[in-house]
Amino acid sequence: MYKIAIIGGGVVGGMIAREMSKYDVRLVLLEKENDVAMGQSKANSGIVHAGYDPEPGSLKAILNVRGSQMMEEICKELNVKYRKNGTLVVGFDEEDMKRLGQLLERGRKNGVEGLEIIDGETARKMERNLSEKIIGALYAPTGAVVCPYELTTHSIGNAMDNGAELLTQFEVTEIKKIENDGNRQRTYFYEITASDGRKIQTEYVVNCAGIHSDEVAKLVGDCEFSITPRRGQYLLLDKEAGGLVNATVFRTPTVMGKGVLAVRTVDGNILLGPTSEDIEDKEDKAVTEEGLASVIAREAEFFDDIPMDKVITQFTGLRAHGNTGDFIIESPEAGFINCAGIESPGLSASPAIAEMVEEMLIEAGATGKLKQDYRPEVKGIIRFKDMTAEEKNRLIAQNPAYGRVVCRCEEITEGEILDAIRRNPPARDVDAVKRRTRAGMGRCQGGFCMPTVAELLAEELGIPFEKVTKSGEGSEITFERTKTGGDK
Amino acid sequence: MMKAANTLKADVVVIGGGPAGMSAAVAAREAGAEEVVIIERESRLSGILQQCIHNGFGLHKFREELTGPEYGLRYEEMVKKLDIIVMTETMAVDITPGRVVTAVSKERGYFSIDAGAVVLAMGCREKSRGALSIPGTRPSGVFTAGTAQKLVNIKGYMPGKRIVILGSGDIGLIMARRMTLEGAEVKAVCEIMEDSGGLTRNIVQCLRDFDIPLMLRHTVVKIHGNKRVEGVTVARVDENLKPIPGTQEYIECDTLMLSVGLIPENELSKKAGVEIDPKTRGPVVDENRQTKVPGIFACGNVVKVHELVDFVSDEGETAGRAAALFSQGKSLSVSESHKNSNSHKSAVSVPREQKKGVKHLQGSGGNTVICTICPMGCKITVDKNMNVSGNTCSRGEKYAIQEVTAPKRTLTTTMYAEGGTMVPVRTDSPVPREKLFDCMEEINSKTLILPIRSGDIIIENIEGTGANVVAAGSFL
Repeated sequence: MYKIAIIGGGVVGGMIAREMSKYDVRLVLLEKENDVAMGQSKANSGIVHAGYDPEPGSLKAILNVRGSQMMEEICKELNVKYRKNGTLVVGFDEEDMKRLGQLLERGRKNGVEGLEIIDGETARKMERNLSEKIIGALYAPTGAVVCPYELTTHSIGNAMDNGAELLTQFEVTEIKKIENDGNRQRTYFYEITASDGRKIQTEYVVNCAGIHSDEVAKLVGDCEFSITPRRGQYLLLDKEAGGLVNATVFRTPTVMGKGVLAVRTVDGNILLGPTSEDIEDKEDKAVTEEGLASVIAREAEFFDDIPMDKVITQFTGLRAHGNTGDFIIESPEAGFINCAGIESPGLSASPAIAEMVEEMLIEAGATGKLKQDYRPEVKGIIRFKDMTAEEKNRLIAQNPAYGRVVCRCEEITEGEILDAIRRNPPARDVDAVKRRTRAGMGRCQGGFCMPTVAELLAEELGIPFEKVTKSGEGSEITFERTKTGGDK
Repeated sequence: MMKAANTLKADVVVIGGGPAGMSAAVAAREAGAEEVVIIERESRLSGILQQCIHNGFGLHKFREELTGPEYGLRYEEMVKKLDIIVMTETMAVDITPGRVVTAVSKERGYFSIDAGAVVLAMGCREKSRGALSIPGTRPSGVFTAGTAQKLVNIKGYMPGKRIVILGSGDIGLIMARRMTLEGAEVKAVCEIMEDSGGLTRNIVQCLRDFDIPLMLRHTVVKIHGNKRVEGVTVARVDENLKPIPGTQEYIECDTLMLSVGLIPENELSKKAGVEIDPKTRGPVVDENRQTKVPGIFACGNVVKVHELVDFVSDEGETAGRAAALFSQGKSLSVSESHKNSNSHKSAVSVPREQKKGVKHLQGSGGNTVICTICPMGCKITVDKNMNVSGNTCSRGEKYAIQEVTAPKRTLTTTMYAEGGTMVPVRTDSPVPREKLFDCMEEINSKTLILPIRSGDIIIENIEGTGANVVAAGSFL
């Protein structure tokens, strides 16, 4: 029997797992995919929003501002890349400037520090490639960027290091209330069944199932809210285009969200997008021609010259848009907590969401003593490329695997790949290795290193090469051997 | 980037041990450079040639038709004979304008080499799906043709079974045949242009021989499938290469291979401050293949993508020789290098349009063949009475009659060896085209015992064709 089961291995589930792993309770994280960070936590803008955008008094506003304040410290603890690059919301006409004035007011009400309206000239001094057509901007110095899947992976890894368990490919299909023997606080506990028949029992459930959180809530009879997948399409440019922009540049927001943005990611790539399209199918992560064209058209308003020949990939993320307009963090029944509708600024708010859920769980009696040996830090992550020559030499002398560069575009070594496969949460497919190490994320998009990464996975996991997948069962890289010989 | 504390010295450092690098190193050594180092990322030399197990290499350089590994082996042997220092499984990570090369390997750690001269020979990489912005999902089963070639030829696994290939350049065509021979179904090769960029012989021997449809003026407009590719939508394009609405066609497949162009790999060159030509995306070089940074030379596909490996080797020679002279403080003799670098132009004066494309084949009647004996590519006609015209030599006449009566092909494939090593093999003479699959079956049913040397006979008189199957690579 687990004390707490968290459904969904995204950034929200991950942050909550980490927070709760400091208590001496049995904790499990249930993830339907082959790896964590497989939903919107891997495909979003990676922005830590300052907090000027949400309606004052809303959960979005409160948790965004608080989360944004906590983020830098948490990233330090979790060994996650973080850069405070500031945010510029740009305006093209007087109408925009009026809206920016309202945003400034809103931000001040929300408690965002350092906000100011600047003119076009000043904005271009900060970002020299900004279009002459921009007449002014709202500047938010506390805006920052993180790598969203790194934050997710490291928070879950940290929770696991502190004793939390992770069950992958555990797609929750049933949640049953079972009568208790009466010894416990409540008269029932939960039995959760996965699509493959596996079952776990737990006293408390936290639903962090992203775009599927409404379906999970329905399993306990809660039909109070619904989630619409809101598709966001992005283009990613090579690091060689990294000079285009440093700060996060937004358009003046509309009802459909904050509009397209342009940003240099923590890893130095340029990210353009997203679109904002409400769709029906929660699995439809396709990139469309129209979507990409619209991103490019909107971005062209920011900059006169975007080096489109440096585009290395495109991707889609599905945001969990709730019908209430705000984050849905509540307990529909004792022992069950929803964290739903966590769209933007969900990443920014995630540390504060975890704090809030922790309080709810304490209140509900789900926590016990604090662990004596709890460690909040993720340690020992090696980024070979960033080391000094002496450090590199020492490292290779200790472990020669760091002397073999596998991914040439990102300069990622075999040692880093092996570490990603061995460390919590273990990478079990090629994409999981990519998200942890960046092997395959560069300009050749894995053309050279993918077969080697697959080989390392096969060796480490003790599986045949043809069983290695891109992202879980059904996505095997190759079919069987071309031939297996016979007579000698 | 900082120079590592452990610094070696060398006269010429060649970055990359593929055909360009090997020939540059050999030439540098022959021109008097004492210490010549090749830095190679893989565990052996030859670069991409290792996976190019098909034949068609070496007609210019060696006057015979070799497979990729065989061509590479010739240079590997020269490298060995000349005591060139080969650092395999070593990755060059930095070059300074002052010619300090920094590299990393398991064996040597993170180290630098102070080089008298540097030759850039890093080759090129393939354009990926992202560079094309193909809409749709991102499932498993989308490969560049070169990655798929590595999987099938080196690793020995089937990257796909029902395949659509986008791009009809030579790599795409070669992979269409290769996958067909290994039992896959190649559903179509799509080409966005109005003609294929591949050699005519490849159109004939890789597509026509197997009735693989070539869809000209078509491109892939959408990829379907969540986990694995389930299909692609293709569409006809207009004169601006934009898909024409209403011409979409869904093709069910599990794999999409991309053969849509190569990009010179110049990230290192840029670190050295070498000026890059935005058109070729390779370094600006003079007739000695010297870049704008004195003492840093470049050759092969890192400069621009070449059609034939033979030309890459020529360029390597020019660069290697010049690098040796530079490292010895001698002046570079322009005229001689210049002559050499253009040698291929004088050796074979073939108008480009004769060598390329499907159009060359069109309207030629059933009995017109393109001679593939040498790179001249003569268009030869054979009439009803077996009268031959259009040939420029007697070999062409013989070839043309053969091609219209009983076409033969050299079979190149891999063979399974103990421990799972895939050994490239070939027939030592052409076999009847209709026997190709029988020969494949026999080769696939046997296991090879290592060691084996290139040229060793493995199967005598395969399927009664009179041809022997020989090893096309050495595994000692």
